[in-house]
Amino acid sequence: MSGPGKIELRERSTLLDRVGIARALKRMASEIAEKAGPDPYLVGIRTGGAFLANRLAEIMKNDATGDARMHPSVGVVDITLYRDDVFRGMLKPEIGPTELEDSIEGRTVVLVDDVLYTGRTVRAAMDVLVDYGRPRAISLAVLIDRGCRELPIAPDIVGLSNPVDRNHTVSVLLAEEGGEDRVVLLERVTGEMA
Amino acid sequence: MTVSAANNKAFAMETLFLRGGRVLDPASGFDGQADVVISDGVIARIAPGAEAPAGARIVDCKGLWVTPGFIDLHVHLREPGQEYKEDIESGTRSAAAGGFTAVCAMPNTKPANDSRAVTELMVRRAAEVGVVRVYPIGAISLGLEGKTLSEMGELQEAGCVAVSDDGLPVMDIELMRRALEYARGFGLTVIQHCEDLTLSRGGAMHEGAVSTRAGIRAQPAAAESAMVARDLELVALTGARYHVAHISSAESIRLVREAKARGLPVTTEVTPHHLTLTDAACACYDTNTKMNPPLRPESDLEACRVGLADGTIDCIATDHAPHSPVEKDVEFEQAAFGVTGLETAIPLTLALVREGRMTPLTWVSRLTDAPARVLNLPGGKLSAGAVADVTIVDPEERWEVRASEMLSRSKNSPFVGQTMVGRAVMTIVGGRIAFAGERFGSNV
Amino acid sequence: MTEATFPHRHLLGIEGLGAQELNTILDLSERFLEIADRPIKKVPTLRGKTVINLFLEPSTRTRTSFELAAKRLSADAVNMSGSASSTVKGETLIDTAQNIDAMAPDVIVIRHAQAGAAMQIAKHVRAGVVNAGDGAHEHPTQALLDCSTIRAHKGKIAGNTVCIIGDIANSRVARSNIFALQTLGAKVRVAGPRTLLPLGIEAMGVEAFDRLEPALEGADVVMMLRIQTERQAIGRFPNTREYSRYFGLNRARLALAKPDAIVMHPGPMNRGVEISSELADGDRSVILEQVSRGVAVRMAVLYLMAGGAEAERP
Repeated sequence: MSGPGKIELRERSTLLDRVGIARALKRMASEIAEKAGPDPYLVGIRTGGAFLANRLAEIMKNDATGDARMHPSVGVVDITLYRDDVFRGMLKPEIGPTELEDSIEGRTVVLVDDVLYTGRTVRAAMDVLVDYGRPRAISLAVLIDRGCRELPIAPDIVGLSNPVDRNHTVSVLLAEEGGEDRVVLLERVTGEMA
Repeated sequence: MTVSAANNKAFAMETLFLRGGRVLDPASGFDGQADVVISDGVIARIAPGAEAPAGARIVDCKGLWVTPGFIDLHVHLREPGQEYKEDIESGTRSAAAGGFTAVCAMPNTKPANDSRAVTELMVRRAAEVGVVRVYPIGAISLGLEGKTLSEMGELQEAGCVAVSDDGLPVMDIELMRRALEYARGFGLTVIQHCEDLTLSRGGAMHEGAVSTRAGIRAQPAAAESAMVARDLELVALTGARYHVAHISSAESIRLVREAKARGLPVTTEVTPHHLTLTDAACACYDTNTKMNPPLRPESDLEACRVGLADGTIDCIATDHAPHSPVEKDVEFEQAAFGVTGLETAIPLTLALVREGRMTPLTWVSRLTDAPARVLNLPGGKLSAGAVADVTIVDPEERWEVRASEMLSRSKNSPFVGQTMVGRAVMTIVGGRIAFAGERFGSNV
Repeated sequence: MTEATFPHRHLLGIEGLGAQELNTILDLSERFLEIADRPIKKVPTLRGKTVINLFLEPSTRTRTSFELAAKRLSADAVNMSGSASSTVKGETLIDTAQNIDAMAPDVIVIRHAQAGAAMQIAKHVRAGVVNAGDGAHEHPTQALLDCSTIRAHKGKIAGNTVCIIGDIANSRVARSNIFALQTLGAKVRVAGPRTLLPLGIEAMGVEAFDRLEPALEGADVVMMLRIQTERQAIGRFPNTREYSRYFGLNRARLALAKPDAIVMHPGPMNRGVEISSELADGDRSVILEQVSRGVAVRMAVLYLMAGGAEAERP
């Protein structure tokens, strides 16, 4: 949708391909096992984080080395009702379910998200958790940290750190949503005059 | 019979020459081009190609209709007691703007017109400030309570031309019988607001598919026709003159047609809004569509139009019922019944002429000699020697109904904002110009 | 990310709403149902928003439902009650509404004894107006929670035969449900003594029955309406004994409906009159579920009407 003054996102490069993502997730899984053991509770932030939390849990379950094999609890939180930026009026983003079947009370929760940007999503996710109980600790695992924080939030486990400025967007595309696993860097450009 | 004439000093009696109009006089059957000379308050002469008397004010009536003054048998002037809604002065001005030279004022004032004192007050006030003739209608029962007869003899002597409890029906069948008999003795016609209150139970609109969908408490058409049927039995029993006020349902009209065929002394009237709006208009809860009897479905409107055309319905009467926002700007079921109508009567009823349902002469009759006949009123004639009550109509004038321009003190009309075709352009009462529209220099 | 569309400033009735809009609310309510299961039954979505419940007709349960809905969304809920409307001595409805509106609520929820009242105040206020019942006209959130309940048990509304039984003439629940169910593709039957079936009800697209048995044949949903014993001054039926004998729902009558038919009631119930105790408490009854869904539906409505800050996306 181009035209004078309209903002467009143009793909500039691939930060991680399918293989890169798999590698990063494997490394993240073993870091989680190491730092958040023995009984971590992976909580994905819908939607991207939820898919990744499931993948991390699978990796942790199937890990070949007997000691590290784990069965982490998995849950998902939807932050739509906790956002500080939903605008009033007619259009609202779709709200998904928050599913925390096992109680988080006293557990070590690892919040999982695909991209860490301003930190507001993570703040909202922590508010959701607090309404469900009191975890022993919460840590944060993200696939990509692209910087430009607006809140004092720092990840504990990172797949790839790739700071970019505000003119760029980092997008994680996952096979669960159709298509191939890819992390792409997009640039915001103003449309050209017709 | 005392009547009030427009002898207000603001309106001078003039010699008038109404030139080149289409003169319609139903009483004589005349419909054609003619000039009309008015002097000293009477019609001096009607003839084509007449000469204007010296000093006469010439009124160019080319393209206009010149008719006897319109008579409205059913108007609520609200004086005494509710002058914040309307009074005799504003009400008669509104009437004049609507082309009416005479109105009959219903007795549901405060206090009710059930005594000569109130009648005399109305007559006096009309003489002082009334711009058109005002004929009071007295109450049938004291206080309009439907329990005991009013002093009909005295009311008539004081100036009442008929009796009615309008607003309310006489529910007690025995009282209605005695009222008919007693009134007959004085030659008075009994006008009945036909509504069986136990059937209607305050229903705010017509009971049917629209009220069902809208969830509004409603009254069936039978509330009206059941009482018409009952009363006609009493008319047959007593031989008294009986007039059904604001008839609205097909069944009621059928009953009246049958009664007339039997030779019973029955007459009836219809309002312009009952010829124009259906009950569908109430679906939006606009209280300016709330009146009694309520607006009905298309089939009843059609019966009204057919009835007016074939004479089963004798005349048009507006049931002009002014109300202030206090009564109307409230919940639909709570709001008072009634809408104004004097100023929109002409364009709404002229529609029947445009649709080819009646000739212009018949239309004029329904507004002039027919109402005069119903209540034995003077007027309704445009002939040499008759009192100069004359209405001049522009059947083609397009105008928008604007609340700010209405002469009635109240603006509760469902037609505000609509464009109308047809309008009174001059109203002459006893040789005085009671109303002149814009084209004649506007005396409003 | 699809967007929930409800492009209306007010919710005055079901009439005029399309299937998509109804489904939007129903889908959203599913999300809000979960909140009642949380340890902390609150989300911060409507924090700082004000909801005023103006109940000019007595009702404890609907008012409580709306109040809870607002509070669970972290809104400030204020209850105002009063007797229905403008008598000559009282303040007019419009004056009341404008006075309230001057306090800048985001939403006014109004219940009133006369039809058209919600529409009337909506014309005079800046707040969004939710109709919580206007006379015999509409009660949109009730119909929505009823549809939500039916959907939960039947998968969808379309194709189901729904039987509404009782005082149809005076029922806003019946009217709103007729609109909603038909828009969503259900077949609607109404049944009751003739005196309680309003003239012209067929024009609303429903089949009308003056006996229960034919109406119940093969029904998927049986919705019982409360008999208003308060309005019996006019005597539309002789007494509750006769009513319950011929028009009350009992096991034998319910057997005429489908074996998996559900039994609904907007409450409060007259046990033993329109519905037998056995059925009210039985396993086909979804009456209590209607109540829980009621809060969720009202949360969804309030969220759609008031949720979020002023738009400032680039």
